[in-house]
Amino acid sequence: MPDREEIFSTVREILCDALGVDEDEVVPQATLTDDLGAESIDFLDIVFRLEKSFEIKIPRGELFPDNVLSDERFVQDGKITPDGLKELRARMPYADVDKLEANPDIKEMSQVFTVDMICRFIEGKVGVES
Amino acid sequence: MRWYWIDRFLEFESGRAAVAVKTVSLSEEHLHDHFPGCPLMPNSLVIEGFAQLGGILVGEHIGFAGNMILAKVPKAEFEFSPQPGDTLTYRAKIEYVKEDGALVAGESHIGDKLHAKVEVFFANVLETDRSRRLFSDAELLAMMKMLGVYRVGRTATGEKLVPPKLGEIPDPARLAGRS
Repeated sequence: MPDREEIFSTVREILCDALGVDEDEVVPQATLTDDLGAESIDFLDIVFRLEKSFEIKIPRGELFPDNVLSDERFVQDGKITPDGLKELRARMPYADVDKLEANPDIKEMSQVFTVDMICRFIEGKVGVES
Repeated sequence: MRWYWIDRFLEFESGRAAVAVKTVSLSEEHLHDHFPGCPLMPNSLVIEGFAQLGGILVGEHIGFAGNMILAKVPKAEFEFSPQPGDTLTYRAKIEYVKEDGALVAGESHIGDKLHAKVEVFFANVLETDRSRRLFSDAELLAMMKMLGVYRVGRTATGEKLVPPKLGEIPDPARLAGRS
């Protein structure tokens, strides 16, 4: 079972390969889109690389639940509804969804997709040595 | 006319890897402008060669179910530019392949000399409005045969690769439930 540092190191390598960024840019608080320049197709690439490196299966929508954000029950007038936030918390226990409370604008969702979020997701999938 | 950026497959192992060659010729018109008096094969066309090689490798593996299109180039590193008379040997393997995408990584050599390292990422546009077939079955089979896929191809278990019969290639629109 890997420890947190090993997981972070592998995630950093994956993001460098997938996004063409330098190692020093991949810090835990960096956001995938705003800070590292990820585009939609990159999310698919990142998921595939995570699966291969950690030898895990990541069903579509598990890490990045885009289907929540395209559901009109959870997003109305460009804002994530209280039910939407509840759904995101349930679907993404590894993410800091609380930061959307103050401004639930859907554009702010990019602030949730951080390097640290991916590491926490992987820790939940493979376990982590304390 | 289609632009082919590989000339022939030398090896083809279904679902795993392939080797193809591209010989650079001074009769390729674009070389007269790239650059006048100094013909050099553009790096973008090497990437396209890997996209064609990878697209055929991945497409054959998934039975041509859908349209695997080049979606991104995660890596393209070049050591130098090929000149007319050079023969580029592209070796590529499937890093991963799933229903909705695939990554193919490879290297180009001229003789023993490393020329380039390239990764090409494909997305399967099966479920979008662009899911019309890019080639007819007949065109696809003719291209595969012309490039020598079935001359050198082997299945994952080492048997000779056999071309599918016309009509056996799935229609992406039908697979997406829209026809």
